[in-house]
Amino acid sequence: MTAETADAILPAKRSSSVRVLKLAETVAIPVGAVVVSALLFSVFLLIIGKDPLQFWSLMWTGGFGSSFSIQNSLQRAAPLILTGLAFAIPARIGLTMIGGEGALVLGGFAAAAIAIPLVSNVVPPIVTLPLMAAAGMLAGGLWIGLVGWLRHYRGVNETISSLLLSYIAIAIMNFFVEGALRDPASANKPSTLPIGDTYRIGSIPGTDVHWGFAAGIVLAIALWVLMSRTTFGFAARMTGGNARAAKAQGLPVGWLMVICCIIAGACAGLAGFFEVAAIHGQANASLVAGYGFTGILVAFLARQNPLAVVPVAILFGAIAAAGGVIQRRMGLPDATVLVLQGMLFVVLLVSETFYGRFKFFQPASSGDRV
Amino acid sequence: MDQLVTVLIAMLGGAIRVSTPFMFVALGETLTEKSGRINLGLEGNLVLGAMVAYATSYLTGSPWLGVLAAGSSGLVLGALHGYICKLPKVNDIAIGIAFMSFGTGLAFFFGKPFIQPSAPQLDAIHLGDWTGNPALAQALQVNPLFFVGIIVAIAMWWALKNTKWGLIVRMAGDSAASAKAMGVSVDLVRFLATAAGGFMAGIGGAFLSLSYPGIWSQGLSSGQGLMAVALVIFARWDPIRAIFAALLFGAAGAIGPSLQSIGITQGYYFFNAAPYILTLVILVLSAGSKASAREAPGELSITK
Amino acid sequence: MSFVNLSRRTLLKAGAASLAASALPFGIARAQTAVVLGIVYVGPKDDFGWNQAHAVSVETLKALPGITVVEEENVPETDAVAKSMESMINLDGANLILATSFGYYNPFVVDIAKKYPDVTFRHAAPLWNKDTDPANAGSYFPYLNQAHYVDGVAAGLSSPSGKIGFVAAKPIPSVLSNINSVLLGARSVNPNAVVQVIFTGEWSLPVREAEATNALVDAGCDVITCHVDSPKVVIQTAEGRGVKTAGHNASQAPLAPNGFITGAEYKWETIYKAYADAIAAGETPPNFLVGGYHNDMLRNTAYGAGATPEAIAAADAAIAELKAGTLKIYKGTLKDNAGNVVVDKEYDNYDPYLDGMNWLLEGVQGSIT
Repeated sequence: MTAETADAILPAKRSSSVRVLKLAETVAIPVGAVVVSALLFSVFLLIIGKDPLQFWSLMWTGGFGSSFSIQNSLQRAAPLILTGLAFAIPARIGLTMIGGEGALVLGGFAAAAIAIPLVSNVVPPIVTLPLMAAAGMLAGGLWIGLVGWLRHYRGVNETISSLLLSYIAIAIMNFFVEGALRDPASANKPSTLPIGDTYRIGSIPGTDVHWGFAAGIVLAIALWVLMSRTTFGFAARMTGGNARAAKAQGLPVGWLMVICCIIAGACAGLAGFFEVAAIHGQANASLVAGYGFTGILVAFLARQNPLAVVPVAILFGAIAAAGGVIQRRMGLPDATVLVLQGMLFVVLLVSETFYGRFKFFQPASSGDRV
Repeated sequence: MDQLVTVLIAMLGGAIRVSTPFMFVALGETLTEKSGRINLGLEGNLVLGAMVAYATSYLTGSPWLGVLAAGSSGLVLGALHGYICKLPKVNDIAIGIAFMSFGTGLAFFFGKPFIQPSAPQLDAIHLGDWTGNPALAQALQVNPLFFVGIIVAIAMWWALKNTKWGLIVRMAGDSAASAKAMGVSVDLVRFLATAAGGFMAGIGGAFLSLSYPGIWSQGLSSGQGLMAVALVIFARWDPIRAIFAALLFGAAGAIGPSLQSIGITQGYYFFNAAPYILTLVILVLSAGSKASAREAPGELSITK
Repeated sequence: MSFVNLSRRTLLKAGAASLAASALPFGIARAQTAVVLGIVYVGPKDDFGWNQAHAVSVETLKALPGITVVEEENVPETDAVAKSMESMINLDGANLILATSFGYYNPFVVDIAKKYPDVTFRHAAPLWNKDTDPANAGSYFPYLNQAHYVDGVAAGLSSPSGKIGFVAAKPIPSVLSNINSVLLGARSVNPNAVVQVIFTGEWSLPVREAEATNALVDAGCDVITCHVDSPKVVIQTAEGRGVKTAGHNASQAPLAPNGFITGAEYKWETIYKAYADAIAAGETPPNFLVGGYHNDMLRNTAYGAGATPEAIAAADAAIAELKAGTLKIYKGTLKDNAGNVVVDKEYDNYDPYLDGMNWLLEGVQGSIT
């Protein structure tokens, strides 16, 4: 991570040909990796006696083959963009924060909880929904902000504390959903009071994809600007590169960490809000769906770049969408997709080693970069 | 008073029954992290190990062969991780998470036929039959792997401190530059440490499927491997403390069910979350930032 | 649950067969097109529990001539299930969908049923409401608590101490009813019987299920039963502790050669057979098909070595009465374990009041909060 960060901190003015080559490299290497992993997985399929051609054509059909499939993939990508950002932002400041799952659950729960009095007093959706979103972001932000605070001011490792806090967040949600805030009508699936159809966030006009997807893209762009075009982002990345040096420069390292964590938690909390407002209409145990953990992988494959999180999340969404078609048409178990994902990720991550290795992409002057 | 004794016996039993997989994964990860690498993907090794152990025991009738097979499957994943991570620019944490997906995927894929059958289990050593108290006797039925874990921990603690090999591992973990200056191949040391760590995690999985709870299913681990990796940080990279962390975690896990069994039933979600809450509280209270900073291997990407 | 009592009772009395004659359009039959059946499972199809019980029972549907069956497993109760069902409709041409997990219904099955009025949806829980829910949706469900009552009868006469342990996933009505039914079954033969319950909080968490089993045995229970997705761990751990067991969901008899008494099992095949018959006759499967022993939707596992001769006789008698419809489980005056009267008359075994159960009877040690 360190080398990349340093690379990103110093956006030296490069000539346009260098930029084109650089861009070609950043496209060619992942594409090559996808091809290699596809070949590897084809071998796996041949070994277990299945037809790779059928597999790949179904992957296409299920992921992108029709307008329905594309929307299916985009909808599934929506929470992953936000949880991917939740991992990526702290990673830029050097924190391995794996608690997005808990922040999502707590954010969703907070959104549903604040909706109870608002909905029962018939506060209009235009007021209620923003308040719900704010509650979700606040809950998630404070929860992960605590991780950052503990890290800086108590020296508690953020990886372990965020994981522990995830489990605790889920326990808190379950406690209230099955206890004080349980809707008595939700007999066999304990849930908070449903917000009702008038309060549900609909789809982006003309599509079947809920607004969380659009919010994810906006946030990805905003955070990309924040992290790569502002002083705050520069300071954060500098801290990520070398915290000691950043401190020596007089940067408020502690606050930078806490703020990055709050941003991360707010992203995951917003994902929780959309799960409640667009999908479930209430908070219940179904909020614990593993999006937070998948977001970690999304962020890594995106190399912690907020903009790259979007296409990677869509790729994940497409794999999940197509996984169902694979199961149905080929009789393969659900775990097939896990194996494919594992292979794809390993190869994609390994491919990073090839940046700067191919002469073709290297202008004569940039041989100094490793 | 009787009720307190019930809970305490349950916690003792829980510590012994539940701690072993945490112990093996945490010890394996301790070795890996001491060498300066982090393998966050031991959950994959654990789950794959559990499946391989169960399948092998079922097919061959020998649970110990299952343990060996589980270790070997973990070794292969660990070796792959170790090999890949020596490539420049490849992030070890990311590869670990990818391997978590890959390992569990393989285990689920090939484990389908073994969910329903019953495989021969590892025999426990009955240490408590003399007490005449059935609950205590049960708590003191100890799987041999539990003792293996403790012996490995002591051996690892001693070897890291007192042997040349231990010094080499620590040096690779603390300062790659000075290790290289001494002529040590840092990549080789880390490769071996990661492979060995993977082996240990595989054995932890074998305990889950062949001793306690003693089944193979897709929900068997539910994140124990990930938690165990986190416990290494909690134990501050010390094998002996890793044992205590695992024991504490196991004991805390028994609090929820045993409190319900004596009639304290309200808020069971929080009692069930006791291991996480307790670990966090201890972590916050004990975290002198200086101590943990001093003990963390200097090359570790997660603590930088 | 927002049941309309009247509709529910009328439907039950009408019985399964006549429901099939509903006037709903069933596009499949009319257009003489092939039936494409999509089935969604919440966990792996071979989990040796809830999902496997369904997967095995749908074989009768798969055997129908001209039917295509597409199945998807491990589909969580999120928009993933909505999208999976839509994908089955859009990409596979599914015109009949079985959604087999409780949490699929609201909002997912309801929303998708509204969106695709030509597709028929059936969901495995008694949730469909004739008046408010789409006409192309529907429910099917056997009331397993009757078989758990039989478990309780057999356990009450097979347990030396009269103390029965129950490992439960979540305190929701369908689980609570099974716990209470075990108690009432046991009390019908042993007035001093008690049930002690431990909630794990999750549908599948093997380590905690094993811990809960151990805790119950340590607390003196000598029969253990459960309601979790895959009961293998509970039965196996209890057998290892040398206590008796009663099963749940599917037959766990082979896991406990010494202590197995009997177990509560769904006969999903009865329902799927009824669907298959309806489809073969070109009709829409009934919208609401629930029941229990009286219409062959349940069974108890063949008695194991743990069942005493008296237990077998009493359990068989209870089954006969349930089949005849003469045995009512909730009757008389019953208090919950906080002292409130919760039953003050004889309830039919399918009374909607019981669907909203949020209490544990006096004699059950445990709390739902």
